[in-house]
Amino acid sequence: MNEALNILTRGFVRENPVTKMLLGLCPVLAVTTSAVNGLGMGLATTFVLLGSNIVISLTAKAIPDTVRIPSFVLVIATFVTIVDLLIKAYSPELNQALGIFIPLIVVNCMILGRAEAFASRNGIWYSVIDAVGMGLGFTLALLVLSAFREVLGAGTIFNIPLAGEEASTILVFALPPGAFAGLGLIIAGLNALEKKKGSK
Amino acid sequence: MQEMFLVIISAVFVNNVVFARFLGICPYLGVSKNLDTAIGMGFAVTFVMTVSTAITYVLQKAVLIPFGIEFMQTVMFILVIASLVQLVEIVLKKVSKSLYSSLGIYLPLITTNCAILGMALIAIQENYDLLTSVVFAFFSAMGFILAIVMFAGIRIRLEEADVPAPFKNVPVGFISAAILSLAFMGFSGLVK
Repeated sequence: MNEALNILTRGFVRENPVTKMLLGLCPVLAVTTSAVNGLGMGLATTFVLLGSNIVISLTAKAIPDTVRIPSFVLVIATFVTIVDLLIKAYSPELNQALGIFIPLIVVNCMILGRAEAFASRNGIWYSVIDAVGMGLGFTLALLVLSAFREVLGAGTIFNIPLAGEEASTILVFALPPGAFAGLGLIIAGLNALEKKKGSK
Repeated sequence: MQEMFLVIISAVFVNNVVFARFLGICPYLGVSKNLDTAIGMGFAVTFVMTVSTAITYVLQKAVLIPFGIEFMQTVMFILVIASLVQLVEIVLKKVSKSLYSSLGIYLPLITTNCAILGMALIAIQENYDLLTSVVFAFFSAMGFILAIVMFAGIRIRLEEADVPAPFKNVPVGFISAAILSLAFMGFSGLVK
């Protein structure tokens, strides 16, 4: 049980796919202009990761080594197509906002990375826990960065205004440079915290 | 002709793959540690991006649309890209051993370079014709090389810079990327 808990929680901060392992950064930087988009992208990616981890952990032994990567990509692409069609059907606005980055979940290196490094070597039970942990860690990182950018860049959070109409916002955080700077600041902040904890 | 020129300027500067579209960030951070690898990676990406955009364009118009199976787009496109990357890997292994060993694990990772699938998808979204798509893909790759080479140059300087401890390595890289991206925003008035 301890082992399961360890697998679940390590994706949150200790081995966070975004801030620690720097995987799947393109959607992280691109769609985090508002907290709603960040959350939507995080959950869509988590769903794909869960699906692919389950299928791959069950079939890995049957797949010959030479076609391993193409087969994994095919499994992932199938789940991405499912998510793509679901979002198109139920939330056209989210589809509009995330645009090309929904089909691009297929090339999110975090998903292929988990398939290769974890799901193909472990049973279904651990693979599910791993997918949930890593997926939530990814979602958490997206949520923090997108909230940071939305508050500073637009003065709102989940589209709810925080300050009055005339409050001036730091527009640059809503634009591409703000994505790079925001992520840089967050990782630096985490490093500083870790160091403080370590020196005690 | 003028239209083609606008596509080129837009692909290299205004909508730069890395700084404006956020595509291909992983190799951008991963192989930009030294100039030679950055250039090698850039050319491998250029080749795969140009050829794959041409193939996926034909695939979309000649197979997916006539048969009404556009929902298979993601699956088909990624298969084309994965096989092309395999081809480049085999060729490079034969032609240049040193380049092959220095590109190392990033070569198979071109498959998961979102810039490549991204360009193929954008070219179709924008309704370009075949020639424009290929030109667009080629010059987007040039924009990628520009970004990755500039960043490699900056990182060499950063190694000797005195950076506050929490900002060492990755965070300072992101901050530099933010400043570069800010500079690229200066191009945004060029093309409407």
